Order: sequence, then C-alpha cells, then structure tokens
Amino acid sequence: MAHMGAHAHSHDEHHDLESMRLMGFWIFLITDCILFGTLFATYIVLHGNTAGGPTASELFEMPGVIAETFILLTSSFTSGLAVLSMNQGNRKGLIGWLVVTALLGASFIALELTEFVKLVHEGATISTSGFLSGFYVLVGTHGLHVSLGLVWMTALMIQLGRRGITNVTRRKVNVISLYWHFLDVVWIFVFTIVYLMGVM
Amino acid sequence: MAQHSAHDSHGGHDQGAHGSLKSYLTGFVLSLVLTVIPLLVVLNDWLEGTPAMVVLLGSAVLQFVVQLLFFMHLREEGKPRYNLMTLLLGIFILVLIVGGSIWIMTYNQVAH
Repeated sequence: MAHMGAHAHSHDEHHDLESMRLMGFWIFLITDCILFGTLFATYIVLHGNTAGGPTASELFEMPGVIAETFILLTSSFTSGLAVLSMNQGNRKGLIGWLVVTALLGASFIALELTEFVKLVHEGATISTSGFLSGFYVLVGTHGLHVSLGLVWMTALMIQLGRRGITNVTRRKVNVISLYWHFLDVVWIFVFTIVYLMGVM
Repeated sequence: MAQHSAHDSHGGHDQGAHGSLKSYLTGFVLSLVLTVIPLLVVLNDWLEGTPAMVVLLGSAVLQFVVQLLFFMHLREEGKPRYNLMTLLLGIFILVLIVGGSIWIMTYNQVAH
C-alpha cells in the first residue's frame, strides 16, 4: 500500500509539472496577444497615413487572402484532429495530422510571401508610407510566428517518431496545438481589420 | 482506493485531453460560417459604415470565442480557473492599448 501511494505521488508530481508547463505556455500566449495588440493599435492609427502612396483598397487582392484564411482555418482544425488522435493513443494518426497541418501552414506562408513580393514589385515597400510600415510589421510578425511554428512542428514530429507518445511529448503536442489555434485567431483579426476593412 | 487513485493519475489522460471529434467539427463549421458572413457582407457591399463594422468585428470576436471554447477547451478547465483569469487580464490590457491608442490619435491634431 505504502509503495503504491508513493508511486501515485511521484506520478502526480510529474503530471503537475507538465500541466504547469502547459499553463506557462498559456501565459506566454497571453503576452503574445498583447504584442499583437500593440501592432494592431499601430496599424489602426497609421492606416490612413498613405503619404501619397497606394491605399489599402488599391493594393489588396482578395482571392489570395481568402485562400490564406481558409487554409489557416483548416489547419487549425487539423491540429485539433492531431490532438484527438494522440488522446486515442494513435501515433500514426497524430503524426499524419501534424504533417497535414504543417503542409497547410507552409502553403499559407507561400501565398503570403507571393503577396509580399508582388506588393514590393508594385512599389509598395515597408518605407513607402506609415500605412505600409504598419501593414508589413503586423502581417509579417504573424507570418514569422507561423514560420517558427513550422520549424517547431517538424522537430516535434521527429521527436514523436523516436520517442512515441509520452507524458512529455503529449504536453508538447498540446502546447503546439494551442499555439496554432492562437495564430489562427490572430489571423482572423488581421483578415477582418486589415483586409476586409481595407477593401470596404 | 490507493490503486484507484494511482490509476487515475496514470497516463495523463486528463491533461488537456478534452474534446471530441464532434466538438472539433462544431467549432470548425461555426468558424467557417463566421468567416463567410463578413466576407459576403464586404464583397457584395451589403452594408456600409457602422453596421458593417459591427458585423465584421462581431463575427471576428464570436469566432475568437468559438475557437476558445471548441478548440482551446477553455470551458473544460478545472477550478481555480487561472487560464481564464490570465486571459481576461490579457484582454483588458489589449483593449486598453488598442482603444487608448485610437482615442488619443483620433484627437491628435499634429498627426493629421
């Protein structure tokens, strides 16, 4: 009995540590929210200051942006399916859904980069106007977050392949799926405030 | 009894291990609907000015709530609800920064 109790206790401690780490990541996400909030504030304040350069409604082309939006939304869903497979103890399903999520994320980044290159070729660079400085910093910071997430997800897939589903990798998958949902939420506000309100 | 509690804490099945296919599907469908509504409003010029702003921002905030509930499992958190509390503090700071900036700059005669 005493042995069983001690065993359960050590399990509890390990479990507590992992859930504390998950919570620590949640707090990081909240601070990241505030980072994006300041960038949104800057963009909203500056979006009228075009300094004789192109305006939002002249620049933005919606088909690409709409595709980006649905791609990221779907990838948020598939990262949820990855967690679901993990909870069923299905490692192949877990890695498979992570691969789908990462591929969708990569196509999102590809579309965004294409858009940026096109804008720069049209003469709309980060130094053209206050509006474009705010635009590139806000949308670029989000794109950087997604790119970082892709590198991270790839590393995690390799680790899952080697170690399988353990308490530690389980927490890591939970953390990255939270991160991915968070990036989708940020994009919804970018889509609404930058693009939809820009072309309205 | 001891065996039961040892079993409970084993395997970490309760560590963020919530959600079902049904809840993920519901969240996904709701998110799609809440993306399509503002898109149609803007592309077809159904609304203008303040009503359009209300629909656009309303859909975005609703979709944020949908993702929090169905994807990020906020409502399944046990007490004390630290995640919810930090989220509310974050939203408070966020609204203060964004709202405050807009308020100040709207009345800033030097910037225009």
